[in-house]
Amino acid sequence: MRALRDFIRYKPVGAFGLAVILALLVTAAIPGVIAPSHYSDFDLLNRFQDPSSSHIFGTDNQGRDVFSRVVYGARTSVTIGLGVVLLAAVFSTTIGLVSGYYGKLPDLIIQRLIDIWQAFPGLIFIIFLLSIFSPSQLTLIVALGVLFTAGSSRVIRSSVLQVKQGLFVEAARSTGASDTRILLRHILPNIAPILIINASVQIGAVILVETSLSFLGFGIPPPFPSWGGMLQAAQPDMQQHPYLALFPGLAIVLTVYSFNMLGDALRDVLDPRMRGMR
Amino acid sequence: MQKYFVRRVILMLPTLIGLTFVVFMAVRLLPGDVINQIVGESGDATPEMREALEERYNLNGNVGVRYVEWSAGLLRGDLGNSIISDRPVTQHLRERVAVTVELGILALIASQLIALPVGIISAVRQDSIVDHLARSLSILLLAVPSFWLALLAITYGFVWFGWTPPLRYAEIWDDPASNIRSLWVPALILGAALSGTLMRLTRSTVIEVLRQDYVRTARAKGLRERSTVLHHVMRNALIPVVTVIGLQVPVVVGGTVVLESIFGLPGLGSFLLDSVQHRDYPAVQGVVLISGTVVILTNLLVDLTYPLLDPRIR
Repeated sequence: MRALRDFIRYKPVGAFGLAVILALLVTAAIPGVIAPSHYSDFDLLNRFQDPSSSHIFGTDNQGRDVFSRVVYGARTSVTIGLGVVLLAAVFSTTIGLVSGYYGKLPDLIIQRLIDIWQAFPGLIFIIFLLSIFSPSQLTLIVALGVLFTAGSSRVIRSSVLQVKQGLFVEAARSTGASDTRILLRHILPNIAPILIINASVQIGAVILVETSLSFLGFGIPPPFPSWGGMLQAAQPDMQQHPYLALFPGLAIVLTVYSFNMLGDALRDVLDPRMRGMR
Repeated sequence: MQKYFVRRVILMLPTLIGLTFVVFMAVRLLPGDVINQIVGESGDATPEMREALEERYNLNGNVGVRYVEWSAGLLRGDLGNSIISDRPVTQHLRERVAVTVELGILALIASQLIALPVGIISAVRQDSIVDHLARSLSILLLAVPSFWLALLAITYGFVWFGWTPPLRYAEIWDDPASNIRSLWVPALILGAALSGTLMRLTRSTVIEVLRQDYVRTARAKGLRERSTVLHHVMRNALIPVVTVIGLQVPVVVGGTVVLESIFGLPGLGSFLLDSVQHRDYPAVQGVVLISGTVVILTNLLVDLTYPLLDPRIR
Protein backbone atom coordinates (compact mmCIF):
# COMPACT_ATOMS: atom_id res chain seq x y z
CA MET A 1 0.00 0.00 0.00
CA ARG A 2 2.77 2.35 1.00
CA ALA A 3 4.64 1.45 -2.18
CA LEU A 4 1.59 2.33 -4.25
CA ARG A 5 1.24 5.69 -2.49
CA ASP A 6 4.89 6.52 -3.13
CA PHE A 7 4.50 5.46 -6.75
CA ILE A 8 1.57 7.85 -7.22
CA ARG A 9 3.44 10.65 -5.47
CA TYR A 10 6.78 10.37 -7.24
CA LYS A 11 5.60 9.04 -10.59
CA PRO A 12 2.31 10.83 -11.28
CA VAL A 13 2.46 10.20 -15.03
CA GLY A 14 3.21 6.53 -14.48
CA ALA A 15 0.33 6.36 -12.02
CA PHE A 16 -1.95 7.96 -14.62
CA GLY A 17 -0.83 5.25 -17.05
CA LEU A 18 -1.54 2.61 -14.42
CA ALA A 19 -5.04 4.00 -13.80
CA VAL A 20 -5.86 4.00 -17.53
CA ILE A 21 -4.54 0.46 -17.89
CA LEU A 22 -6.60 -0.79 -14.95
CA ALA A 23 -9.70 0.80 -16.49
CA LEU A 24 -8.76 -0.80 -19.81
CA LEU A 25 -8.36 -4.24 -18.24
CA VAL A 26 -11.79 -3.95 -16.61
CA THR A 27 -13.27 -2.83 -19.94
CA ALA A 28 -11.68 -5.76 -21.73
CA ALA A 29 -12.91 -8.20 -19.10
CA ILE A 30 -16.56 -7.06 -18.96
CA PRO A 31 -17.30 -5.05 -22.13
CA GLY A 32 -20.94 -6.17 -22.03
CA VAL A 33 -21.50 -4.32 -18.76
CA ILE A 34 -19.92 -1.06 -19.94
CA ALA A 35 -21.09 -0.87 -23.54
CA PRO A 36 -24.65 0.44 -24.03
CA SER A 37 -25.29 -2.09 -26.80
CA HIS A 38 -23.81 -5.28 -28.28
CA TYR A 39 -20.97 -4.78 -30.78
CA SER A 40 -22.99 -6.21 -33.68
CA ASP A 41 -26.38 -4.60 -32.90
CA PHE A 42 -27.13 -2.74 -36.12
CA ASP A 43 -29.84 -0.22 -36.89
CA LEU A 44 -29.97 0.66 -40.58
CA LEU A 45 -32.39 3.54 -39.94
CA ASN A 46 -29.78 5.28 -37.81
CA ARG A 47 -26.64 5.08 -39.90
CA PHE A 48 -23.94 7.76 -39.59
CA GLN A 49 -25.48 9.53 -36.59
CA ASP A 50 -23.17 12.26 -35.35
CA PRO A 51 -22.02 11.93 -31.73
CA SER A 52 -24.94 12.81 -29.44
CA SER A 53 -26.24 11.93 -25.99
CA SER A 54 -27.76 8.66 -27.23
CA HIS A 55 -24.61 7.61 -29.18
CA ILE A 56 -21.70 9.50 -27.61
CA PHE A 57 -19.24 8.41 -30.35
CA GLY A 58 -21.93 8.35 -33.08
CA THR A 59 -22.91 5.37 -35.23
CA ASP A 60 -21.15 3.71 -38.18
CA ASN A 61 -22.18 2.68 -41.71
CA GLN A 62 -24.46 -0.06 -40.37
CA GLY A 63 -25.88 2.08 -37.59
CA ARG A 64 -23.81 0.30 -34.93
CA ASP A 65 -22.91 2.28 -31.81
CA VAL A 66 -19.24 3.32 -32.22
CA PHE A 67 -18.70 3.68 -28.46
CA SER A 68 -19.81 0.08 -27.85
CA ARG A 69 -17.50 -1.14 -30.59
CA VAL A 70 -14.56 0.82 -29.14
CA VAL A 71 -15.32 -0.79 -25.75
CA TYR A 72 -15.38 -4.32 -27.21
CA GLY A 73 -12.31 -3.49 -29.30
CA ALA A 74 -10.36 -3.03 -26.07
CA ARG A 75 -10.62 -6.79 -25.55
CA THR A 76 -8.87 -7.45 -28.87
CA SER A 77 -5.92 -5.18 -28.19
CA VAL A 78 -5.56 -6.24 -24.54
CA THR A 79 -5.76 -9.97 -25.27
CA ILE A 80 -3.29 -9.80 -28.12
CA GLY A 81 -0.99 -7.35 -26.31
CA LEU A 82 -0.79 -9.44 -23.14
CA GLY A 83 -0.66 -12.74 -25.01
CA VAL A 84 2.24 -11.60 -27.19
CA VAL A 85 4.21 -10.15 -24.30
CA LEU A 86 3.76 -13.33 -22.22
CA LEU A 87 4.74 -15.58 -25.10
CA ALA A 88 7.73 -13.43 -26.01
CA ALA A 89 8.76 -13.40 -22.33
CA VAL A 90 8.74 -17.20 -22.13
CA PHE A 91 10.67 -17.63 -25.40
CA SER A 92 13.15 -14.84 -24.82
CA THR A 93 13.84 -15.83 -21.21
CA THR A 94 14.58 -19.40 -22.22
CA ILE A 95 16.84 -18.28 -25.05
CA GLY A 96 18.52 -15.56 -22.99
CA LEU A 97 19.17 -17.87 -20.03
CA VAL A 98 20.67 -20.64 -22.15
CA SER A 99 22.70 -18.32 -24.36
CA GLY A 100 24.00 -16.17 -21.52
CA TYR A 101 24.64 -18.92 -18.97
CA TYR A 102 26.31 -21.57 -21.13
CA GLY A 103 28.23 -19.14 -23.35
CA LYS A 104 30.81 -20.48 -25.84
CA LEU A 105 29.49 -22.39 -28.85
CA PRO A 106 25.76 -22.49 -27.93
CA ASP A 107 25.90 -18.74 -27.37
CA LEU A 108 27.64 -18.11 -30.68
CA ILE A 109 25.15 -20.20 -32.64
CA ILE A 110 22.12 -18.72 -30.88
CA GLN A 111 23.33 -15.16 -31.35
CA ARG A 112 23.93 -15.65 -35.09
CA LEU A 113 20.40 -17.08 -35.39
CA ILE A 114 19.05 -14.03 -33.57
CA ASP A 115 20.93 -11.84 -36.07
CA ILE A 116 19.03 -13.52 -38.90
CA TRP A 117 15.78 -13.25 -36.95
CA GLN A 118 16.24 -9.52 -36.45
CA ALA A 119 17.08 -8.95 -40.10
CA PHE A 120 13.51 -9.72 -41.13
CA PRO A 121 11.41 -6.62 -41.72
CA GLY A 122 8.86 -7.33 -38.99
CA LEU A 123 5.55 -6.18 -40.42
CA ILE A 124 6.21 -7.62 -43.88
CA PHE A 125 7.25 -10.94 -42.45
CA ILE A 126 4.12 -11.14 -40.32
CA ILE A 127 1.95 -10.35 -43.33
CA PHE A 128 3.80 -13.17 -45.11
CA LEU A 129 3.12 -15.58 -42.22
CA LEU A 130 -0.51 -14.53 -41.91
CA SER A 131 -1.00 -15.03 -45.66
CA ILE A 132 0.03 -18.65 -45.11
CA PHE A 133 -1.55 -19.36 -41.72
CA SER A 134 -5.01 -17.81 -41.85
CA PRO A 135 -5.42 -14.97 -39.32
CA SER A 136 -6.99 -15.77 -35.98
CA GLN A 137 -6.34 -14.56 -32.47
CA LEU A 138 -3.95 -17.46 -31.88
CA THR A 139 -1.91 -17.11 -35.09
CA LEU A 140 -1.62 -13.36 -34.48
CA ILE A 141 -0.30 -13.92 -30.96
CA VAL A 142 2.17 -16.57 -32.09
CA ALA A 143 3.44 -14.57 -35.07
CA LEU A 144 3.87 -11.36 -33.05
CA GLY A 145 5.30 -13.29 -30.10
CA VAL A 146 7.98 -14.80 -32.29
CA LEU A 147 8.74 -11.38 -33.79
CA PHE A 148 9.15 -9.69 -30.43
CA THR A 149 11.24 -12.51 -28.94
CA ALA A 150 14.50 -11.68 -30.71
CA GLY A 151 15.08 -8.20 -29.27
CA SER A 152 14.10 -9.16 -25.71
CA SER A 153 16.32 -12.21 -25.70
CA ARG A 154 19.31 -9.90 -26.25
CA VAL A 155 18.36 -7.77 -23.25
CA ILE A 156 17.89 -10.84 -21.06
CA ARG A 157 21.10 -12.47 -22.22
CA SER A 158 23.12 -9.42 -21.26
CA SER A 159 21.63 -9.31 -17.76
CA VAL A 160 22.25 -13.05 -17.36
CA LEU A 161 25.89 -12.44 -18.28
CA GLN A 162 26.06 -9.88 -15.51
CA VAL A 163 24.18 -11.87 -12.85
CA LYS A 164 26.11 -15.09 -13.38
CA GLN A 165 29.30 -13.35 -12.24
CA GLY A 166 27.73 -12.96 -8.77
CA LEU A 167 29.29 -14.68 -5.76
CA PHE A 168 25.99 -16.31 -4.88
CA VAL A 169 26.11 -18.22 -8.15
CA GLU A 170 29.60 -19.41 -7.28
CA ALA A 171 28.36 -20.38 -3.80
CA ALA A 172 25.42 -22.32 -5.21
CA ARG A 173 27.70 -24.17 -7.59
CA SER A 174 30.14 -25.09 -4.79
CA THR A 175 27.29 -26.68 -2.84
CA GLY A 176 26.76 -28.95 -5.82
CA ALA A 177 23.64 -27.30 -7.29
CA SER A 178 22.84 -28.38 -10.85
CA ASP A 179 22.83 -25.93 -13.77
CA THR A 180 19.04 -26.11 -13.96
CA ARG A 181 18.73 -25.29 -10.27
CA ILE A 182 21.16 -22.38 -10.55
CA LEU A 183 19.32 -21.03 -13.59
CA LEU A 184 15.84 -21.33 -12.12
CA ARG A 185 16.43 -20.63 -8.42
CA HIS A 186 19.31 -18.18 -8.48
CA ILE A 187 19.61 -16.39 -11.81
CA LEU A 188 15.95 -16.17 -12.86
CA PRO A 189 14.76 -14.34 -9.70
CA ASN A 190 17.57 -11.85 -10.14
CA ILE A 191 16.61 -10.94 -13.67
CA ALA A 192 12.89 -10.76 -12.86
CA PRO A 193 12.85 -6.93 -12.69
CA ILE A 194 14.38 -6.80 -16.19
CA LEU A 195 11.64 -9.13 -17.43
CA ILE A 196 8.92 -6.92 -15.98
CA ILE A 197 10.45 -3.73 -17.35
CA ASN A 198 10.99 -5.26 -20.75
CA ALA A 199 7.44 -6.58 -20.99
CA SER A 200 5.86 -3.31 -19.90
CA VAL A 201 7.95 -1.28 -22.34
CA GLN A 202 7.18 -3.74 -25.13
CA ILE A 203 3.42 -3.96 -24.81
CA GLY A 204 2.79 -0.50 -26.31
CA ALA A 205 4.81 -1.42 -29.38
CA VAL A 206 2.94 -4.72 -29.67
CA ILE A 207 -0.41 -2.95 -29.64
CA LEU A 208 0.78 -0.52 -32.32
CA VAL A 209 1.78 -3.40 -34.60
CA GLU A 210 -1.46 -5.27 -33.83
CA THR A 211 -3.60 -2.25 -34.76
CA SER A 212 -1.59 -1.75 -37.99
CA LEU A 213 -2.17 -5.40 -38.91
CA SER A 214 -5.88 -5.15 -38.11
CA PHE A 215 -6.01 -1.99 -40.19
CA LEU A 216 -4.45 -3.82 -43.16
CA GLY A 217 -7.01 -6.61 -42.79
CA PHE A 218 -4.79 -9.18 -41.07
CA GLY A 219 -6.35 -8.87 -37.64
CA ILE A 220 -8.93 -11.03 -35.97
CA PRO A 221 -11.78 -11.78 -38.36
CA PRO A 222 -14.93 -9.58 -38.24
CA PRO A 223 -17.55 -9.02 -36.89
CA PHE A 224 -15.68 -8.83 -33.56
CA PRO A 225 -14.37 -5.27 -33.44
CA SER A 226 -10.74 -4.20 -33.24
CA TRP A 227 -9.62 -0.59 -33.25
CA GLY A 228 -7.48 -1.05 -36.37
CA GLY A 229 -10.29 -2.84 -38.16
CA MET A 230 -12.75 -0.07 -37.26
CA LEU A 231 -10.40 2.50 -38.79
CA GLN A 232 -10.09 0.41 -41.93
CA ALA A 233 -13.87 0.17 -42.22
CA ALA A 234 -14.19 3.93 -41.67
CA GLN A 235 -12.07 4.81 -44.72
CA PRO A 236 -14.78 5.29 -47.37
CA ASP A 237 -16.97 7.46 -45.14
CA MET A 238 -14.55 9.36 -42.95
CA GLN A 239 -14.39 12.56 -45.03
CA GLN A 240 -18.13 13.01 -44.55
CA HIS A 241 -18.10 11.69 -40.98
CA PRO A 242 -14.73 12.54 -39.39
CA TYR A 243 -15.72 11.17 -35.96
CA LEU A 244 -15.46 7.66 -37.45
CA ALA A 245 -11.71 8.14 -37.90
CA LEU A 246 -11.27 9.92 -34.60
CA PHE A 247 -12.44 7.74 -31.70
CA PRO A 248 -10.84 4.34 -32.40
CA GLY A 249 -7.54 6.16 -33.05
CA LEU A 250 -7.79 8.09 -29.79
CA ALA A 251 -8.36 4.79 -27.99
CA ILE A 252 -5.15 3.41 -29.53
CA VAL A 253 -3.11 6.50 -28.64
CA LEU A 254 -4.38 6.62 -25.04
CA THR A 255 -3.69 2.91 -24.54
CA VAL A 256 -0.21 2.92 -26.03
CA TYR A 257 0.68 6.15 -24.24
CA SER A 258 -0.44 4.71 -20.90
CA PHE A 259 1.54 1.50 -21.33
CA ASN A 260 4.63 3.49 -22.36
CA MET A 261 4.33 5.79 -19.33
CA LEU A 262 3.82 2.90 -16.92
CA GLY A 263 6.79 1.11 -18.48
CA ASP A 264 9.03 4.16 -18.06
CA ALA A 265 7.95 4.64 -14.45
CA LEU A 266 8.44 0.96 -13.62
CA ARG A 267 11.89 1.06 -15.13
CA ASP A 268 12.83 4.03 -12.96
CA VAL A 269 11.52 2.31 -9.84
CA LEU A 270 12.77 -1.22 -10.47
CA ASP A 271 16.11 -0.56 -12.11
CA PRO A 272 18.18 1.89 -10.09
CA ARG A 273 20.83 2.18 -12.80
CA MET A 274 18.33 3.68 -15.20
CA ARG A 275 17.01 6.20 -12.71
CA GLY A 276 16.59 9.67 -14.15
CA MET A 277 17.23 8.53 -17.70
CA ARG A 278 14.73 9.17 -20.42
CA MET B 1 40.09 -1.80 -39.96
CA GLN B 2 40.17 -3.80 -43.17
CA LYS B 3 39.81 -6.97 -41.12
CA TYR B 4 36.73 -5.53 -39.46
CA PHE B 5 35.15 -4.74 -42.83
CA VAL B 6 35.88 -8.18 -44.25
CA ARG B 7 34.59 -9.90 -41.10
CA ARG B 8 31.35 -7.93 -41.20
CA VAL B 9 30.77 -8.68 -44.88
CA ILE B 10 31.40 -12.39 -44.37
CA LEU B 11 29.06 -12.50 -41.37
CA MET B 12 26.31 -11.14 -43.59
CA LEU B 13 26.30 -14.24 -45.81
CA PRO B 14 24.71 -16.70 -43.33
CA THR B 15 22.08 -14.07 -42.62
CA LEU B 16 21.18 -13.79 -46.29
CA ILE B 17 21.11 -17.57 -46.66
CA GLY B 18 18.91 -17.80 -43.56
CA LEU B 19 16.49 -15.30 -45.07
CA THR B 20 16.14 -17.25 -48.34
CA PHE B 21 15.78 -20.53 -46.45
CA VAL B 22 12.97 -19.28 -44.24
CA VAL B 23 11.14 -17.68 -47.18
CA PHE B 24 11.43 -20.93 -49.13
CA MET B 25 10.42 -23.22 -46.28
CA ALA B 26 7.48 -21.15 -45.05
CA VAL B 27 5.53 -21.79 -48.25
CA ARG B 28 6.64 -25.40 -48.41
CA LEU B 29 5.64 -26.19 -44.82
CA LEU B 30 2.24 -24.60 -45.24
CA PRO B 31 -0.29 -26.37 -43.05
CA GLY B 32 -2.97 -27.87 -45.25
CA ASP B 33 -1.00 -27.37 -48.46
CA VAL B 34 -0.63 -24.29 -50.67
CA ILE B 35 -2.31 -25.99 -53.59
CA ASN B 36 -5.54 -26.48 -51.61
CA GLN B 37 -5.49 -22.82 -50.72
CA ILE B 38 -4.93 -21.76 -54.31
CA VAL B 39 -7.50 -24.01 -55.93
CA GLY B 40 -9.69 -24.08 -52.83
CA GLU B 41 -12.22 -21.49 -53.87
CA SER B 42 -12.45 -22.55 -57.51
CA GLY B 43 -13.44 -26.10 -56.54
CA ASP B 44 -11.71 -29.31 -57.58
CA ALA B 45 -8.45 -29.62 -59.42
CA THR B 46 -7.43 -32.56 -61.57
CA PRO B 47 -4.35 -34.53 -60.43
CA GLU B 48 -2.45 -33.18 -63.46
CA MET B 49 -3.22 -29.61 -62.46
CA ARG B 50 -2.05 -30.31 -58.93
CA GLU B 51 1.17 -31.79 -60.21
CA ALA B 52 1.85 -28.82 -62.44
CA LEU B 53 1.20 -26.45 -59.56
CA GLU B 54 3.40 -28.45 -57.21
CA GLU B 55 6.21 -28.30 -59.74
CA ARG B 56 5.83 -24.55 -60.02
CA TYR B 57 5.83 -23.91 -56.31
CA ASN B 58 8.81 -26.18 -55.68
CA LEU B 59 6.59 -28.39 -53.54
CA ASN B 60 7.52 -31.74 -55.02
CA GLY B 61 10.76 -33.67 -54.84
CA ASN B 62 13.50 -33.49 -52.27
CA VAL B 63 13.51 -30.35 -50.09
CA GLY B 64 17.25 -29.83 -50.28
CA VAL B 65 17.44 -30.27 -54.04
CA ARG B 66 14.53 -27.95 -54.69
CA TYR B 67 15.95 -25.31 -52.34
CA VAL B 68 19.28 -25.36 -54.13
CA GLU B 69 17.55 -25.10 -57.51
CA TRP B 70 15.37 -22.26 -56.27
CA SER B 71 18.24 -20.29 -54.77
CA ALA B 72 20.33 -20.82 -57.90
CA GLY B 73 17.42 -19.15 -59.69
CA LEU B 74 17.62 -16.26 -57.21
CA LEU B 75 21.29 -15.77 -58.02
CA ARG B 76 20.38 -15.48 -61.70
CA GLY B 77 17.68 -12.98 -60.76
CA ASP B 78 14.88 -15.44 -61.37
CA LEU B 79 12.14 -15.26 -58.73
CA GLY B 80 9.64 -17.26 -60.75
CA ASN B 81 6.50 -15.97 -62.43
CA SER B 82 3.57 -14.29 -60.79
CA ILE B 83 0.52 -16.53 -60.71
CA ILE B 84 -1.85 -13.70 -61.52
CA SER B 85 -0.08 -11.98 -64.40
CA ASP B 86 2.25 -14.83 -65.42
CA ARG B 87 5.03 -12.25 -65.82
CA PRO B 88 8.38 -12.64 -64.03
CA VAL B 89 8.16 -11.43 -60.44
CA THR B 90 11.38 -9.47 -60.91
CA GLN B 91 9.68 -7.39 -63.60
CA HIS B 92 6.88 -6.48 -61.18
CA LEU B 93 9.37 -5.64 -58.47
CA ARG B 94 11.38 -3.43 -60.82
CA GLU B 95 8.27 -1.41 -61.69
CA ARG B 96 7.34 -0.97 -58.06
CA VAL B 97 10.59 -0.49 -56.22
CA ALA B 98 11.27 3.17 -57.07
CA VAL B 99 8.15 4.50 -55.30
CA THR B 100 8.90 2.62 -52.11
CA VAL B 101 12.57 3.56 -52.03
CA GLU B 102 11.72 7.22 -52.64
CA LEU B 103 9.03 7.21 -49.95
CA GLY B 104 11.38 5.48 -47.49
CA ILE B 105 14.25 7.89 -48.09
CA LEU B 106 12.01 10.95 -47.88
CA ALA B 107 10.55 9.60 -44.62
CA LEU B 108 13.99 9.04 -43.11
CA ILE B 109 15.04 12.57 -44.12
CA ALA B 110 11.83 13.98 -42.67
CA SER B 111 12.29 12.12 -39.39
CA GLN B 112 15.79 13.56 -39.01
CA LEU B 113 14.73 17.08 -39.97
CA ILE B 114 12.15 16.85 -37.19
CA ALA B 115 14.08 14.90 -34.59
CA LEU B 116 17.64 16.24 -34.67
CA PRO B 117 16.93 19.98 -34.15
CA VAL B 118 14.24 19.28 -31.55
CA GLY B 119 16.43 16.75 -29.74
CA ILE B 120 19.49 19.02 -29.71
CA ILE B 121 17.62 22.12 -28.55
CA SER B 122 15.87 20.03 -25.92
CA ALA B 123 19.23 18.80 -24.61
CA VAL B 124 20.99 22.17 -24.69
CA ARG B 125 18.08 23.80 -22.86
CA GLN B 126 17.59 20.90 -20.48
CA ASP B 127 14.59 21.25 -18.11
CA SER B 128 13.35 24.45 -19.75
CA ILE B 129 9.80 24.80 -21.03
CA VAL B 130 11.02 24.05 -24.57
CA ASP B 131 12.55 20.81 -23.28
CA HIS B 132 9.33 19.78 -21.54
CA LEU B 133 7.27 20.49 -24.65
CA ALA B 134 9.71 18.61 -26.86
CA ARG B 135 9.70 15.61 -24.53
CA SER B 136 5.92 15.51 -24.38
CA LEU B 137 5.85 15.65 -28.17
CA SER B 138 8.29 12.76 -28.52
CA ILE B 139 6.36 10.65 -26.01
CA LEU B 140 3.13 11.37 -27.83
CA LEU B 141 4.65 10.53 -31.22
CA LEU B 142 5.69 7.13 -29.85
CA ALA B 143 2.04 6.34 -29.14
CA VAL B 144 0.51 7.51 -32.42
CA PRO B 145 0.20 4.90 -35.18
CA SER B 146 1.25 6.26 -38.57
CA PHE B 147 -1.86 4.91 -40.30
CA TRP B 148 -4.06 6.93 -37.96
CA LEU B 149 -2.08 10.11 -38.69
CA ALA B 150 -2.60 9.37 -42.37
CA LEU B 151 -6.35 8.92 -41.92
CA LEU B 152 -6.55 12.17 -39.96
CA ALA B 153 -4.59 13.98 -42.68
CA ILE B 154 -6.98 12.72 -45.34
CA THR B 155 -10.08 13.40 -43.24
CA TYR B 156 -9.26 16.81 -41.82
CA GLY B 157 -7.20 17.86 -44.84
CA PHE B 158 -10.46 17.56 -46.73
CA VAL B 159 -12.76 18.97 -44.04
CA TRP B 160 -10.58 22.00 -43.27
CA PHE B 161 -8.63 22.71 -46.46
CA GLY B 162 -10.51 20.80 -49.15
CA TRP B 163 -7.27 18.87 -49.79
CA THR B 164 -7.35 15.31 -51.13
CA PRO B 165 -4.37 13.14 -52.02
CA PRO B 166 -3.67 13.12 -55.80
CA LEU B 167 -5.36 10.20 -57.54
CA ARG B 168 -2.73 9.67 -60.20
CA TYR B 169 0.86 8.84 -59.42
CA ALA B 170 3.69 10.02 -61.70
CA GLU B 171 7.28 8.75 -61.57
CA ILE B 172 9.82 11.32 -60.42
CA TRP B 173 11.61 11.37 -63.81
CA ASP B 174 8.35 11.84 -65.71
CA ASP B 175 6.80 14.64 -63.69
CA PRO B 176 8.79 15.65 -60.58
CA ALA B 177 6.27 18.21 -59.31
CA SER B 178 3.35 15.82 -59.44
CA ASN B 179 5.52 13.07 -57.96
CA ILE B 180 6.39 15.18 -54.91
CA ARG B 181 2.73 16.22 -54.57
CA SER B 182 1.84 12.54 -54.15
CA LEU B 183 4.66 11.71 -51.78
CA TRP B 184 5.28 14.59 -49.42
CA VAL B 185 2.33 13.96 -47.12
CA PRO B 186 2.90 10.21 -46.62
CA ALA B 187 6.65 10.84 -46.23
CA LEU B 188 6.06 13.51 -43.61
CA ILE B 189 3.64 11.27 -41.70
CA LEU B 190 5.98 8.29 -41.71
CA GLY B 191 8.84 10.60 -40.74
CA ALA B 192 6.86 12.04 -37.84
CA ALA B 193 5.98 8.56 -36.60
CA LEU B 194 9.67 7.61 -36.69
CA SER B 195 10.95 10.79 -35.10
CA GLY B 196 9.71 10.05 -31.55
CA THR B 197 12.41 7.46 -30.84
CA LEU B 198 15.07 9.49 -32.59
CA MET B 199 14.22 12.65 -30.63
CA ARG B 200 14.51 10.91 -27.28
CA LEU B 201 17.77 9.30 -28.25
CA THR B 202 19.30 12.50 -29.66
CA ARG B 203 18.38 14.35 -26.48
CA SER B 204 19.87 11.76 -24.12
CA THR B 205 23.12 11.27 -26.07
CA VAL B 206 23.66 15.02 -26.49
CA ILE B 207 23.13 15.52 -22.74
CA GLU B 208 25.65 12.79 -22.04
CA VAL B 209 28.25 14.26 -24.37
CA LEU B 210 27.69 17.77 -22.98
CA ARG B 211 28.93 16.47 -19.61
CA GLN B 212 32.25 15.27 -21.04
CA ASP B 213 35.53 16.91 -20.02
CA TYR B 214 36.50 17.95 -23.53
CA VAL B 215 33.29 19.91 -23.86
CA ARG B 216 34.20 21.79 -20.68
CA THR B 217 37.65 22.39 -22.18
CA ALA B 218 36.14 23.73 -25.37
CA ARG B 219 33.98 26.10 -23.39
CA ALA B 220 36.85 27.07 -21.10
CA LYS B 221 39.03 28.07 -24.01
CA GLY B 222 36.30 30.50 -24.97
CA LEU B 223 34.69 28.70 -27.87
CA ARG B 224 31.24 29.98 -28.64
CA GLU B 225 28.40 27.72 -27.48
CA ARG B 226 27.19 27.32 -31.04
CA SER B 227 30.42 25.91 -32.40
CA THR B 228 30.96 23.82 -29.26
CA VAL B 229 27.65 22.09 -29.84
CA LEU B 230 27.97 21.79 -33.60
CA HIS B 231 31.59 20.68 -33.83
CA HIS B 232 32.48 19.00 -30.57
CA VAL B 233 29.23 17.57 -29.34
CA MET B 234 27.45 16.56 -32.52
CA ARG B 235 30.07 14.30 -33.97
CA ASN B 236 30.17 12.16 -30.85
CA ALA B 237 26.49 12.31 -30.10
CA LEU B 238 25.63 11.13 -33.60
CA ILE B 239 27.16 7.66 -33.26
CA PRO B 240 24.21 6.03 -31.45
CA VAL B 241 21.85 8.07 -33.59
CA VAL B 242 23.27 6.50 -36.75
CA THR B 243 22.68 3.04 -35.27
CA VAL B 244 19.09 3.85 -34.54
CA ILE B 245 18.52 5.16 -38.05
CA GLY B 246 19.81 1.77 -39.20
CA LEU B 247 17.51 -0.03 -36.79
CA GLN B 248 14.60 2.01 -38.09
CA VAL B 249 14.93 0.75 -41.65
CA PRO B 250 12.74 -2.31 -40.94
CA VAL B 251 10.16 0.02 -39.40
CA VAL B 252 10.30 2.24 -42.49
CA VAL B 253 9.85 -0.78 -44.74
CA GLY B 254 6.78 -1.82 -42.74
CA GLY B 255 5.49 1.74 -42.63
CA THR B 256 5.62 2.08 -46.41
CA VAL B 257 3.22 -0.89 -46.70
CA VAL B 258 0.64 0.90 -44.58
CA LEU B 259 1.04 4.34 -46.16
CA GLU B 260 1.14 3.06 -49.73
CA SER B 261 -2.11 1.25 -49.09
CA ILE B 262 -3.80 4.36 -47.64
CA PHE B 263 -2.53 6.83 -50.25
CA GLY B 264 -2.90 4.41 -53.16
CA LEU B 265 0.78 4.55 -54.14
CA PRO B 266 1.91 1.83 -56.58
CA GLY B 267 4.91 0.63 -54.55
CA LEU B 268 6.16 -2.70 -53.20
CA GLY B 269 3.89 -2.46 -50.17
CA SER B 270 0.66 -2.27 -52.13
CA PHE B 271 2.04 -4.98 -54.43
CA LEU B 272 2.58 -7.17 -51.36
CA LEU B 273 -0.97 -6.64 -50.15
CA ASP B 274 -2.45 -7.35 -53.59
CA SER B 275 -0.33 -10.48 -53.95
CA VAL B 276 -1.30 -11.74 -50.50
CA GLN B 277 -4.94 -11.23 -51.31
CA HIS B 278 -4.60 -13.31 -54.49
CA ARG B 279 -2.38 -15.91 -52.82
CA ASP B 280 0.31 -15.11 -55.38
CA TYR B 281 3.08 -16.77 -53.37
CA PRO B 282 6.01 -16.25 -55.78
CA ALA B 283 5.23 -12.52 -55.75
CA VAL B 284 4.90 -12.46 -51.94
CA GLN B 285 8.19 -14.32 -51.60
CA GLY B 286 9.79 -11.79 -53.94
CA VAL B 287 8.71 -8.81 -51.84
CA VAL B 288 9.78 -10.45 -48.57
CA LEU B 289 13.15 -11.36 -50.05
CA ILE B 290 13.85 -7.93 -51.46
CA SER B 291 12.82 -6.07 -48.31
CA GLY B 292 14.78 -8.50 -46.12
CA THR B 293 17.84 -7.98 -48.27
CA VAL B 294 17.48 -4.21 -48.01
CA VAL B 295 17.31 -4.47 -44.21
CA ILE B 296 20.38 -6.73 -44.06
CA LEU B 297 22.36 -4.45 -46.36
CA THR B 298 21.50 -1.29 -44.41
CA ASN B 299 22.51 -3.00 -41.17
CA LEU B 300 25.81 -3.81 -42.82
CA LEU B 301 26.15 -0.22 -43.99
CA VAL B 302 25.52 1.08 -40.47
CA ASP B 303 28.14 -1.28 -39.04
CA LEU B 304 30.61 -0.15 -41.68
CA THR B 305 30.07 3.56 -41.00
CA TYR B 306 30.73 3.06 -37.27
CA PRO B 307 34.52 3.10 -37.48
CA LEU B 308 34.39 6.18 -39.68
CA LEU B 309 32.47 8.05 -37.00
CA ASP B 310 34.14 6.57 -33.96
CA PRO B 311 37.87 5.92 -34.36
CA ARG B 312 37.90 3.89 -31.13
CA ILE B 313 36.14 1.00 -32.89
CA ARG B 314 38.87 0.63 -35.51
